[in-house]
Amino acid sequence: MVRSKHKITGERVLDWVIYLILFLLIIIFVVPLLYVLSASVTPYSELIRRGGFVIVPSELSFDAYKELFSTSLIGSAFKNTLFVTIAGTAINMVLSILFAYPLSKKSLPGVKFLTLMLVFTMMFNGGTIPTYFVVKDTGLLNSLWALIIPGAIAQYNVILLKNYFQSMPDELFEAATIDGAGAFRVLLSIAVPLAKPIIMTVMLLYMVGNWNVFYAGILYINSNELKPLQVVLREILMSSQNMLNNVDTHAPSLTMRMAAIVVTSVPIIMVYPFVQRYFIKGIMVGAVKG
Amino acid sequence: MVNKTDKKLSLQKVRAHIPYYFMLLPGILYFMVYKFYPMYGAMIAFKDLNMLDGILKSPWADPWYKHFATFFKSPYCVELLTNTLEISLVKIVLGTFSAIVLALLVNECRNSWLKKVVQTVSFMPYFLSWVVIYGIAFAFFSEGSGIVNKLIEMLGGEAIPFFTSNSHFRYVLYGTHVWHGVGYSAVVYLASIVSIDTELYEAATVDGAGRFRRIWHITLPGIRSTIITLFIINIGNILNAGFDQIFVMYNEQVYSSADIIDTWVYRTGLVGMNYELGSAVGLFKSVLGFFLVYITNRLARKWGEQLW
Repeated sequence: MVRSKHKITGERVLDWVIYLILFLLIIIFVVPLLYVLSASVTPYSELIRRGGFVIVPSELSFDAYKELFSTSLIGSAFKNTLFVTIAGTAINMVLSILFAYPLSKKSLPGVKFLTLMLVFTMMFNGGTIPTYFVVKDTGLLNSLWALIIPGAIAQYNVILLKNYFQSMPDELFEAATIDGAGAFRVLLSIAVPLAKPIIMTVMLLYMVGNWNVFYAGILYINSNELKPLQVVLREILMSSQNMLNNVDTHAPSLTMRMAAIVVTSVPIIMVYPFVQRYFIKGIMVGAVKG
Repeated sequence: MVNKTDKKLSLQKVRAHIPYYFMLLPGILYFMVYKFYPMYGAMIAFKDLNMLDGILKSPWADPWYKHFATFFKSPYCVELLTNTLEISLVKIVLGTFSAIVLALLVNECRNSWLKKVVQTVSFMPYFLSWVVIYGIAFAFFSEGSGIVNKLIEMLGGEAIPFFTSNSHFRYVLYGTHVWHGVGYSAVVYLASIVSIDTELYEAATVDGAGRFRRIWHITLPGIRSTIITLFIINIGNILNAGFDQIFVMYNEQVYSSADIIDTWVYRTGLVGMNYELGSAVGLFKSVLGFFLVYITNRLARKWGEQLW
């Protein structure tokens, strides 16, 4: 009797230890983001006075955002990234679905070879420099299309889609085919609507990739007005870091840097709640099958 | 005779599938141009490039392995390889461990509200680019203005040069790596934990097993195959130590502890216009990586089958 009571209190203590650890974890994930947000709306003078330690500012100030949009390339960069995210994701999805759906048909002559090709390009690549020359030769250098076309299909996403299409019962497709629907009709009116969870997952993966495009930006874009958001954010952060050494020029203030981080990250974070329930399901499907 | 009908049949089969080939066409074109053509272009690694003549007409290097030899004989070769492997390996081990711990904590948490909040919140950094994460990390850990260092100074300590000293910079890489990816990776382990038969837990509870014993004897063995499979797959990618992260965060002062193959190829090969040398190193990495992925995938399949 005494012993089991002991055990129950032990379990309860353990529960509270777990709550405490998880609570600390929440702080570790939330505080950095919250800090950036509040620092960006704190008046610069207050931030300096309080040595950077601000969680709740005494008054809201949007000077940093005004300064950011009037003195940096962030406005054009935002438009570029928006374009790359919308047009790019649309292209990613169309190409990936069109490629994945036939691959899910085991009766298609050549399907094994094509799947092998897909996996091979995932495991082996020509390297940065030869790819750079191909992008240059296809005339994409220094255009927004260079941020979209060279990475138009992510092989792993195609495999996710293909596996999902394959898991659908054959009878579904057969019935539609007997009714006289062509392959494109079946794809559009049966396969795509039923594959919604995986399609949403893959779309979010592409969207995050497009919004955060950086490597292609530094590789292929030269003109300032075509630079994507992440590249411009890096320049803002870097210039302030270099300014610490030579003080004579005007450096982006801390508040402005924080505002730049907010502008660059909040839009993509906002997308997450809308697709969260598909997304977690999608990763699980991918993890089990991939 | 049999052969002829076979051919006819397969031709019919192909004809019946024509719409599917139309669907495949854009993708095939994409792979030809942006995936296979660069493989052909990798011949730069064996050439003495002359930009006026173009890649095809430039003369072959003599001996053919000239650029590879230059790399292997150079002092940075060993440094780049050890940096790449060390950074990758520590990231894999830390990333796996932290994700398992987070998954166990979430699974053991009996408050469903807290459970949900932790999962949502830990997942958020996955959406942030490395530039954003660098900006946040810099605000906290920079030597001059980071608030962590200000706190240390207020408490009478000395500011730590996290971003500029070779003995600290790796911790920044590891720390931000875990912060960025732990929520995402934990989802996979959590999925695997959830699929363990609940009867096992009930039986263990009846037998009087406490929480730690249940975790040790049921949960961990239950997700062992997932852990091993993911670990092996990660090892296959060990040559990718994370270009974006390191490129965004490093600087000249920490090259000796943080310069990896990819950052070096970008800097020396592309920016420095040593195209042949950069291509040679890139090709070396690709070939080695191919075999690593191939071997590890076979291992993963073998282990997976044995365990499932």
